[in-house]
Amino acid sequence: MAAAAPPVAAPRFVPNIGRRKLKGTAFYGLCILAVAILLLAILILLVDVFVLGVPWLNADFITGTPSRRPADAGILPALVGSIQLVAITCVVAFPIGLAAAISLEEYAKDTRLNRLLRANISNLSGVPSIIYGIFGLAIFVRTLSLGYTLISGALTLALLILPIVIITSMEAMRAVPGTQREAAYALGATRWQVVRGAVLPSAAAGILTGIILAVARAIGEAAPLILVGAVGFVTFLPSPLEGGYTVLPIQIFDWASRPQEDFQGLAAATIIVLLVLLVILDILAVVLRIRLSRHIQW
Amino acid sequence: MTVTSPPLTSDDTVAPGVGSVDTARPILPPIPTPTQAVGAEPSLPEDVVIGMQGVSLSYGSFRAVRDVDLVVGRNAVTALIGPSGCGKTTLLRTINRMNDLVPGFRVEGRITFDDVDLYGPGVDAVEVRRRIGMVFQKPNPFPRSIYENVAFGPRVNGFRGDLDALVETSLQRAALWNEVKDKLKESGMALSGGQQQRLCIARAIATEPEIILMDEPCSALDPRATLQIEDLIRELKSRYTIVIVTHNMQQAARASDRTVFMTMGEDRAGYIVEADETARIFTQPKHQLTDDYVSGRFG
Repeated sequence: MAAAAPPVAAPRFVPNIGRRKLKGTAFYGLCILAVAILLLAILILLVDVFVLGVPWLNADFITGTPSRRPADAGILPALVGSIQLVAITCVVAFPIGLAAAISLEEYAKDTRLNRLLRANISNLSGVPSIIYGIFGLAIFVRTLSLGYTLISGALTLALLILPIVIITSMEAMRAVPGTQREAAYALGATRWQVVRGAVLPSAAAGILTGIILAVARAIGEAAPLILVGAVGFVTFLPSPLEGGYTVLPIQIFDWASRPQEDFQGLAAATIIVLLVLLVILDILAVVLRIRLSRHIQW
Repeated sequence: MTVTSPPLTSDDTVAPGVGSVDTARPILPPIPTPTQAVGAEPSLPEDVVIGMQGVSLSYGSFRAVRDVDLVVGRNAVTALIGPSGCGKTTLLRTINRMNDLVPGFRVEGRITFDDVDLYGPGVDAVEVRRRIGMVFQKPNPFPRSIYENVAFGPRVNGFRGDLDALVETSLQRAALWNEVKDKLKESGMALSGGQQQRLCIARAIATEPEIILMDEPCSALDPRATLQIEDLIRELKSRYTIVIVTHNMQQAARASDRTVFMTMGEDRAGYIVEADETARIFTQPKHQLTDDYVSGRFG
């Protein structure tokens, strides 16, 4: 306080720095606790799965087919089924999803209808996956007479991940600064050339992240596939247009629901294979992301 | 005095020629003496490229600019000056139809480019923008290589000639070639601010425009980079017609041949107070408003 101030004046600031810092420390402690709970839950899950599953992991398990005798059982049909299913899902969902995102983000005018459309696409990504299964059953299996085949499953999953692909792609495009679009327009680019030349390259990394997220979602789905023909016990390799296929999550569900302890081990081993697939996808996403965004910094 | 300060600060209140930032280059081009006597009618450029008659510009129901009559002379630098919000940028972006991209934007009146109505029925905005290039306030290179930045315009416009040569010429005209010739494959984003802006000028030049519009091209640059761009502007006018919006009074005085002073009325719509040779605007303005603005008593 300045000497000129009235001697009885109350202090105008009560810093209480010790108390303020203590509050900050306490909050930080709570955050650490939350992280610890999360990590602990994941750790317990992983340890449990690995303890149960690792003894069953060997080459025969990967290349074998399901069997009533746990010692002979393998997951090749499910592994091949998962890979085929996801591949077809991607081929269907990505072009449609990206085109829809470009249309909504770059072309559509900001009308009430379009805002409603956008909001509803967000809502679609929150619809329980079993609903997509029912839809797939009605449309692909019955109406389009595709039957209980892998292609029906793939189309159903494609519908399921479309909202994710659309929303993440739109967000990635929205993140590209307007000045980039202006720069391209000012050079005499048409709207499509602006999208193709200025928006998509800059949004590629974000779009790709969305795609990988969507793939991860598709590869882990079981519920909708049960309705469109996936079964738990398939001893041959699937072909897309003929009936009878299975995927890793269904295989896990089938084995995990059996009472014998050996089958629990097989389920755990299958979970490990599924986890490895997901980790590979994640690594792929990170690598591609870094490559694509190397030049990009705003 | 700084040239990077935001609009309507002390920047604008310094009389032309009084600045001190120019120590980097002690000798400034002097403001030439007006060629016409005091009180004479405003001079008009002989060779008119852009003409505006009775032009009013609106965003929805808001009229941003009204009753503009303006001529832009060929191979000359025309500066638009005036307080913030008076519609300089709106007017500039109307010349290459960039405002077409803004929903609700409307043009009334007649704007001609070489006597062709720019907003006429047969005129395509895409072709207009190739022939009337633009440089923005903040350097906005694409996040790709220096070469690809310059090549973008020619590529989208179906250029059939020697692209390497065009890129080199464009970078040379933008006075950037010597600094980047060994790293054409590196990202344009890695350049300094001043270099990025010259890259954007090179990119604009590469579509072989007749006019280059510049919207406060130096406002995000330091004084040294600003002077480089100003030198460049004076060189470019031998080949191109340049229209530049600036908040920097000294920049208008140093770099332009003609100056257009705009302000806004009670209705917040901008209008042109006076347009004349730069020397006359700065030494013998006809209007009190202009005098107040260029001498720093207003704005």
